[in-house]
Amino acid sequence: MSAPEEVANTGLASATALRRFAPLLLLAAVLAVLCVLGFELRPYHRELAIVFFINVIMVTSYRLITTTGDWSFAHVVLMGAGSYGAALIAKHAGLPFGVVVPMAGITAAIVGAAFIIPLLRTAGFGFFIASFAMGELVRLIWVKVQFPFGGTRGIINIPSPEIVGLRLSPPVPFYFTCFIVMLAAVFIMWRLDRSRIGNAWKSIHSDDLLAECVGIDVARYRSLAFITGAFFAGIAGALLAYRMGSIDPRNFDLTTMIYLIIWVVVGGTTTFWGPIVGLVVVTIAFEWSRPLLEWRPLMFGGVLIFFLIFLPGGLESLFPKVGNALRTPPGQQFQRLRTWFTTFASRT
Amino acid sequence: MDTVTLIQTLLNSVVASSIYALVAVGLALAFGVMKMANFAHGEFFMVGAYCVYVLYALVGLPFPLAVILAIPIVALFGLVAERLIFRPTRKNILAGFMATAGLAFILQVLAGQIWGVGIAKSIPTPYMGAADVGDATIGWQRLIVIPCAFAMLLALRFFLYRVKLGKALRACAQDPEIAALQGIRTNRMTALAMALAGASAGLAGALMAPIHSVTPYMGHGVILIAFVVVIVGGMASIEGAILAAVILGFIHTFVTTVTDNLIATMVGVGFMALTLIVRPQGLLGRERA
Repeated sequence: MSAPEEVANTGLASATALRRFAPLLLLAAVLAVLCVLGFELRPYHRELAIVFFINVIMVTSYRLITTTGDWSFAHVVLMGAGSYGAALIAKHAGLPFGVVVPMAGITAAIVGAAFIIPLLRTAGFGFFIASFAMGELVRLIWVKVQFPFGGTRGIINIPSPEIVGLRLSPPVPFYFTCFIVMLAAVFIMWRLDRSRIGNAWKSIHSDDLLAECVGIDVARYRSLAFITGAFFAGIAGALLAYRMGSIDPRNFDLTTMIYLIIWVVVGGTTTFWGPIVGLVVVTIAFEWSRPLLEWRPLMFGGVLIFFLIFLPGGLESLFPKVGNALRTPPGQQFQRLRTWFTTFASRT
Repeated sequence: MDTVTLIQTLLNSVVASSIYALVAVGLALAFGVMKMANFAHGEFFMVGAYCVYVLYALVGLPFPLAVILAIPIVALFGLVAERLIFRPTRKNILAGFMATAGLAFILQVLAGQIWGVGIAKSIPTPYMGAADVGDATIGWQRLIVIPCAFAMLLALRFFLYRVKLGKALRACAQDPEIAALQGIRTNRMTALAMALAGASAGLAGALMAPIHSVTPYMGHGVILIAFVVVIVGGMASIEGAILAAVILGFIHTFVTTVTDNLIATMVGVGFMALTLIVRPQGLLGRERA
């Protein structure tokens, strides 16, 4: 190693340390802010935050399924299975919150396990539309069957959540309940993503034949991803049922599913955090667009098309570019911008 | 079920099958050529119905003219979708599919904002009265769907198997690269496929406008059935789509007559799940869905 390089390396030592700990620091800061916000937010914004936490579980579990390359269109219905499971168990069995939530997850996982049997026979596009049809089937059952699902009116008067005599229904405790459940769910999914199982899922996405050749049971791992995703969607569904106090089939319709896809597409699915970034950005945009209520689906439909065509990697694909831009001197940046423009002009 | 109901139901089944076939053929055709999967296909159906609403109920053109005009209008929608959505996302089937879900949102909002969301548009029935078939009676408006659908499907078949352009389209569906080597322009073929898909969906929507309730969200139920038909038939197979349309049309109508519409839809989806388990490539499909 030559002398100037050594000098540069020692100078960079603190920088690498910073780079290693920066994500952790950022995470701690975000968590701290969210804890403070739990007390400080106005009621309306607190409600938004609770929905946001539930949606974080949804996008993260959805991304977990997409790591195998399967894009499901039934995820919101699986969430609904969790909601219906939670509502029925809480109402008729009178079990406490701490038992109902995991049982809701298991309910959704069982429904997911039933879905995956025919769905395993399909891949890619076929998986997408077959899962759409299967989800619709379950949703129609909720619409049709009066007992115990309550038909179109759904289930009302879901008991308020309680844990060892502690009432969780007031806004502030419920905020923290959702916050903690979300943290636990996201942490487990993050560990899964990093584990051997997570790598097996990703290998199926990149090349399923090769994955099979090195001894990965593709069908089993695909089922595992789908059922795990369904479990967490069910947990999110249980939280939703407790928050709203009543649920009906319209909560889990196609529109909600398309919004879930918009969150994930805007964020990108290659990294673990991408979908959450997409959710944050779209949620903020969604709130801003409140005055244009009727035009909203049109706007977000446009956003979806825009991202799929012009930024297929989602917002996460911009992170490295932004990082590079911050590190390169302005002169070089100008050069890069010029080459980008010329390639863009030649492409169109 | 007595004889009268049986004849009635049989006739209704043929009507339903014709409409399913019209809708699903377009979907299968577009999927066959360059794997264009159109989620907004149900919205094309809706646009076709709105064409009849505007041209016939509002402007006052004769009904057949309104139906015939609806075909090129919706074909134009197909062309635009191909150019703006499918061509840029050709590398990724799912991206095109999800982008057309966005397009479905856009078309729903536009229809709702221009003509109102609320109650369904009432379209005066152009052909009053009913035909007597044995002891059963069936409205002319329903009966007229059958010859129209047959004419369209026969025309499509003639085009695909007898006309040079249609043969080129099939060649492109079999192997785009080799078709391109023979001098077939792939871009033209994808545009043509989407135009044909739009045309058939538009015709179906236009014919159903006086029977179906016309709302911005009518495409949703249509797309579900169309997907089920296409999966059962075997994704890219046109013949498969027609066969599956007939089977599901009969299943749906008979179950609806015995019980109700919701259960009929469930049975249809259940049939699809069963087909996927027993025969993943669909009835007449070659590759797995």
